[in-house]
Formats: sequence, structure tokens, C-alpha cells
Amino acid sequence: METKLTHYKHCDLVKVSGRVDSLTAPRLAEELNKIAGSGRFKIVIDLSGVQFLSSAGLRVLISTQKNCKRYNRGEVMLACVPENILAVFELAGFITIFKIFDDVTAAVGEF
Amino acid sequence: MPTQTFPGEYESLEKIAHFIREESESIGLTHAEVFAVETAVDEAVSNIIEHAYLGENKGTITCTCLPATDHITIILEDFGQPFDPRTVPPPELDVPLKQRKINGLGMFMMQKWMDEVHFEFCHECNRLVMVKYKEKKT
Repeated sequence: METKLTHYKHCDLVKVSGRVDSLTAPRLAEELNKIAGSGRFKIVIDLSGVQFLSSAGLRVLISTQKNCKRYNRGEVMLACVPENILAVFELAGFITIFKIFDDVTAAVGEF
Repeated sequence: MPTQTFPGEYESLEKIAHFIREESESIGLTHAEVFAVETAVDEAVSNIIEHAYLGENKGTITCTCLPATDHITIILEDFGQPFDPRTVPPPELDVPLKQRKINGLGMFMMQKWMDEVHFEFCHECNRLVMVKYKEKKT
């Protein structure tokens, strides 16, 4: 798994690629916690390069969303979700707790 | 009968996924079905490492694939303490974010993605048998 961080004026964009499983999810959590730890809670996660995402990855996304939405200080939005991963999100009931966008520009524009 | 044994560590997840993918593709499962099998097996192996072995590198995991014409059977065996994920309460998916618990999704996904999931606990090992049919049974 690899992550690439881009700072924008109003939000941060994290592009994730590869496998997000029990091995790599802690690294994703670390990256996202680092952003929130710096006081930035508006995050777009670009999942276009993700080949696999297990419940370990889902737990990271839920925790981060809970943290960012606390005190209405921000939100995590998801962009470019591959079809297989979208099926996982639907099964896990993520559709109601994350805004999902077809492209990164639309997601970044929401902030 | 393709069988492979892997170290009980998270590094094995990708290698097991590769093994499962090849066997699942060999019977003509669709891309989505192969992904479902991979997900279920990944969740099962992660559970074994975390709950049966209580950590990494405490034992091995043996994975057997039994491809048939219309389905594939996956057997996972470990030698840790018996852990029955069915004792984990199912996740509540329709509650607000604040009340959403972050655990319980792994077993839920195994049951949703596979057509059959059986656990056997015996003296020698813990055995998990999962079956995926080409077209989901209704």
C-alpha cells in the first residue's frame, strides 16, 4: 500500500493505492491520524488505486470519520471508489456515513 | 488437491490471496466472485492470527482449495486456541455514525460473501470450511 498526500487550501487529499489489509491498515491509520493531529479535519481519500480493502481498512475509515466529524470540525469524503470496493462499502453500510464522489475534483470542491 | 502452508503473520495475507485467486479463477468464477472469496479468506486469516494465535508468528495456517465444476471449497486450518467468530455480535449497520462500532465487520463479510461457512474445532486443529458457488444459491 502506498499513500500520497496533497495539501489544498481547504482540505487534504490522500491518494491510496495497493492493498489495505491487516498488514497495511495501521500505516493508513497513521497517515490519517497525522493529518488530523495537525488540526486538519477535512480530508478527501482517493481510492482509485486500491486493489483490495478488508475490514481492517473499513475500521480505519470509520475511526477517521468519527474523529473528523467531532464538533462539526470536518469530514472524510471518498472519491473514485473502484466497483469491487464500492460493493464492500454497500455491504458494510458505508453509503450512509460517507459522501462518495466519482472524481476527486468534485470531492475537493465540496469543502 | 492444492494445499499450501503459510506463516501466521499478516505478511502472508497477500500470498494467500494470490493462491486463492489462481484457484478461484481456474473454475471460472467472475471477477466479483473471486474478489468476494479473497475478502472472506483475508478476514478469516486475520481472525486466526489475531484471535486463535493471539498475535503474529505463533503458528502456521494451512490453506487447501478444492476446485469443483460449479464451486470452490476453501479449508483453513490453524493450531491456535479455538476461536468461534460466530460469538461476535453482528455489526449494526443502520445506526448513526456516533453509535457505529468499528468491530464485527470481518465475520459479517465472510458470511455475506460466501455461500457456506462451517467451523470445526477438534484436538488437532481448528478448521474453517467455506464454499463459494459460481452463481449464488437462492
